[in-house]
Amino acid sequence: MASSPLSDDTPTDSTRPQGHFDSPETIQQPRLGVVGYLRFFWRQLTSMRTALFLLLLLAIAAIPGSLVPQVSSDPNGVIQYKANNPDIAPILDQLQVFTTYSSVWFSAIYLLLFISLIGCVIPRTKYHFDALRARPPKTPARLSRLEGFTTRTAIGGPAEAVAAANALLRKSGYRTEVYDNSVSAERGYLRETGNLVFHTALIGVLAAVGIGGGFGYTGQRVIVEGYAMTNTLASYDSFNPGRFFTDAALEPFSIAVDSFVPTYEIENVSALGQPIDYVANVSTTLRGATPQKATIKVNEPLHIGGTEVYLLGNGYAPVITVKDMAGNVVFSQPTACLPQDANLRSNCIIKIPDGLAQQVGMIGFFYPTAVELSDGTLTSSYPDSINPVASFFIYTGDLGLDNGRGTNAYSLSLDNLTQIAGGKSGTPAIRLGVGDVADLPNGLGTIELTAIPRFVSLDVHHDPAQAWVLLFAVLVVIGLITSLFIPRRRVWVKVVESKNGTLTLEYAGLARGDDPGLDAAVAELADRHIDQLGAATSTTRIRVKP
Amino acid sequence: MTETLVSYSTIAVYSAMAIYALAFVMFALDLSRRVAAPVAAVGVQRAHADGSTIVLEKVDAPAGVTNAPRYLRAAMALTIMAWVLHVGAAVFRGVAAGRVPWANMFEFTLTATAIIVGVFLAVQFWQDLRFLGVFVSGFVLIALGVATVNFYVDVVPLPPALQSAWLVIHVFVASLGTGFFALGAALSIVQLLQARRAAGKAAGLRFLDTLPGADKLENMAYRMLVVGFVLWTFTLIAGAVWAERAWGRYWGWDTKEVWTFIIWTLFAGYIHARATRGWRGSRSAWLAIIGFSAVVFNFTIVNLFFKGLHAYSGL
Repeated sequence: MASSPLSDDTPTDSTRPQGHFDSPETIQQPRLGVVGYLRFFWRQLTSMRTALFLLLLLAIAAIPGSLVPQVSSDPNGVIQYKANNPDIAPILDQLQVFTTYSSVWFSAIYLLLFISLIGCVIPRTKYHFDALRARPPKTPARLSRLEGFTTRTAIGGPAEAVAAANALLRKSGYRTEVYDNSVSAERGYLRETGNLVFHTALIGVLAAVGIGGGFGYTGQRVIVEGYAMTNTLASYDSFNPGRFFTDAALEPFSIAVDSFVPTYEIENVSALGQPIDYVANVSTTLRGATPQKATIKVNEPLHIGGTEVYLLGNGYAPVITVKDMAGNVVFSQPTACLPQDANLRSNCIIKIPDGLAQQVGMIGFFYPTAVELSDGTLTSSYPDSINPVASFFIYTGDLGLDNGRGTNAYSLSLDNLTQIAGGKSGTPAIRLGVGDVADLPNGLGTIELTAIPRFVSLDVHHDPAQAWVLLFAVLVVIGLITSLFIPRRRVWVKVVESKNGTLTLEYAGLARGDDPGLDAAVAELADRHIDQLGAATSTTRIRVKP
Repeated sequence: MTETLVSYSTIAVYSAMAIYALAFVMFALDLSRRVAAPVAAVGVQRAHADGSTIVLEKVDAPAGVTNAPRYLRAAMALTIMAWVLHVGAAVFRGVAAGRVPWANMFEFTLTATAIIVGVFLAVQFWQDLRFLGVFVSGFVLIALGVATVNFYVDVVPLPPALQSAWLVIHVFVASLGTGFFALGAALSIVQLLQARRAAGKAAGLRFLDTLPGADKLENMAYRMLVVGFVLWTFTLIAGAVWAERAWGRYWGWDTKEVWTFIIWTLFAGYIHARATRGWRGSRSAWLAIIGFSAVVFNFTIVNLFFKGLHAYSGL
C-alpha cells in the first residue's frame, strides 16, 4: 500500500470501523503497544522493587508448607491430617498446600524470581565486562567535594609526585590512569564480579537441583539380616524415579546384609536404652565382581556405583513358622515389624492364604524386652532383645488377596475376617518366647517363634547432579563474601603547584557501594604517598594537617 | 564425675544470670541518666585565669560516655564477669557430656546466648555499641531463664544422627549468625526509635539524643546483618551437606529447613531493600526486625511445636 493511512488523500479510512487492521488506531497503537507493554513488563520484572517483592513473597509462600504436613516429607502425616480435618483438607488439597513446594503458585514465584534474576544479571554482566576494560574516569575538577578529602604539602617536581602516586596506587591493587597532574584510580572490580558470581551460582543451584531430580531416583527397601537386594526396580518396596529416569540409571549392584549391630546406652540412668550406634555390616557386589565387605552407619552412607545407600531405619523381623496338623511347614519367614516407640515395641502383619484349612491372618505384637503391665498387657522396656516375646491375634476368613488387587503388606483388612484368638474372641492371644511352639485354635496347626533377626531399612539415592549443586553452593558463598566485603572505590590524587614552589597534594575518594573504610584508606594513601615523596626527593617536607 | 561437672555448670548458669540481671539494671540506669547529658555538656563552666569574666564553653562530649560513665563501666564489667561464668557453664556442660555443648535445646540456648554476648563484647573493639547492653543483657537473661526452667534436660549421649563433625560446624556457625542477627536487629530497633524521634515523635526517650543518628545506626546494623547473612548462608549449606549424609537427601523441605530458608530469604530481601529506592531507612529496618523474629520463632516455636526431622530438643 503506497499511501499512508494518515494522509488526507485516503478518505475511505474514516469509514472503516474502529479496530480494523487498516485503521490508524488499530494498526499503529497496538503494535507499538505490545512491544511497549512487553518492554514495560520486562523492565518491571527486572526492577529492584520487583525482585524485592518476589523475595518477600517467596518467604511468605514457604510458610504454609511448614504448617501443614507435606506429601514429600511426611506422607502419613498428610493422611492423618486429612482424616482429622475433613472440612478444610479438600480446600487445602485444591490449593496444593500438601505439595506446597512443587505447587503451581510456589513454582510461579520462584520461576518469576529467577527470570527477574537472569534479566538483571545478563545486562549487568555485559556492563561489568565493559567496565573491566574501561579506563578509570577523568579526575573531577573539585576533589574537595568528595569523600575523605585531605591535602598534604610537599616540595619537588609535580611529575615525580604523580609518578609516585601512580606507582603506589598500582601496588595497592588499583587500576590507574594519569590525567595531566593527577592520577585517577579504581579498585574492587571483584565486588561486582562476586555479586554476579553469587547470582549466577544461584541459577546454577536451581538448574542442578532440577537436573539431578529429573535424572535421579530414590528407592527404599527393607532387608532382614542374612538377606540381600539387587538394584533393580522390582526389588524396591517403594521407588520414586525422576521425570527423565530410565532403567539404565540403575547400576547393577547387590547388597547383602550380613548383620546389624545396634549399641544402646547401658550406664547413663537418664538415657538408658538410647541408641548410641547403628552399624549394618554388608557385602556388596558391583557388576558381578567379587563381593566386598562394607559397613553402613547413620552418618556414613555406602557409595557404590555412583549411588548412595543410607541406613535410615531398623527393627525386628521375627521368623514365624506355621505348620499344619500333619506337621508340614506352610509358612516360615521373617516378617518386619514396624517399631512403635523408642523401646521398639513393634507391630507386624502376617498373611497365610494357602496351606491351612482356612485363610489365616495375624496381627503380631513384638516386645524385645517384654514387661507385663498391671492390667496384664505387655510392653517393651528396652530396645535390645533381652526378654523377647511375641503375641498374636489370629483371624480366619477372607484375606482379600484373591481378587488380584495389590494390598498393603503392613495392614490387614478385618472386614471379612473372624477373630479366633486375642481380643474379644474368648481365646487368649498366643504368646511366644524364642523357640516356643503353640497350637493354633480350631485345630488349624501350630505356630513357632523360630528366631528374631533384625531388619534394616535402606534408602538408595542416585543424583547425578549432586556434586554440581555443591559446587554452585560453594560459589554462592564465595561470591557472597566477595560482593559484600571487598570495597569498590575510586581514589584520586591531584598535584597542584603553588606559587612559592611547594606542591599541594589533594586526595579524595568515592565509594561505590557500602564502604565503611574509605576515609581511612584515603588518609593512609596520603600518608604513604608523602612518606615516599620524602624518600624520593630527600628534602625536608612540610606536613599540614587539614 | 559427670554429676559434679553438671552441678558446676548449673551453679555457673545461675550465677551468670544473677550478674546479667545486675548488668541489665546498670545498663538501664545508664540510659536513664543519659537524659540529662546534653544539658550538662552545654552547661560546663570554666573560669578563666584573669578572674574578671566567666566564659561559658560548650564542651564537645563524646555521645553520652563522659556523663554516665560509672553505670556504663559497671554494667560492662558485670557483663564480662557474667559472660566468663556463662562460658564456664557451657564448657563444664560440654566436658560433662564429653562432646560439644549444643546437642539439645537447653545446651543450644546456653551456648548460643554465650555467643551472642561474646559477639556483643567483641564488636566493642570495632564500634562503641555499649548502648545495646540493655537489649543484649535483657534478651540473654530471658533466654537463659526459659532454658533453665523449661528446656532443661540431663546429659545424655548423642543419638547416631548427631554423631558428626557437622554438629560442631553447622550448629556453631548458626549460633554465631544468630548473634550478629540479634545485634543487627537491636540496632534496627534503635534506628526506628531514632527516626521517630527525628520526626518529632518518641519525645519521652531523651537518651536517644546521646546515641548515633538513624543513618549511622542503619549503616552499623547493615554491617552486622551482612555478616550474619554470610554465616546463615553457610549454615544452610553446611546443613544441606549434613542432611545428605544423615538423612539421605540434601534438601527435603523439613519444617526447620523451611524456616531456615524463610530467614535466608528475608535477610536477602533486607539486603536488596537497602539497595532499593524507597526501601532504605525504616522499611529495611522493619525487615531486619522481622528477620530476627523469624530466627527466634524458628528456634522456639518450630522446635517445640512443629513436626520434623530436627527433633533434637530433648523435650
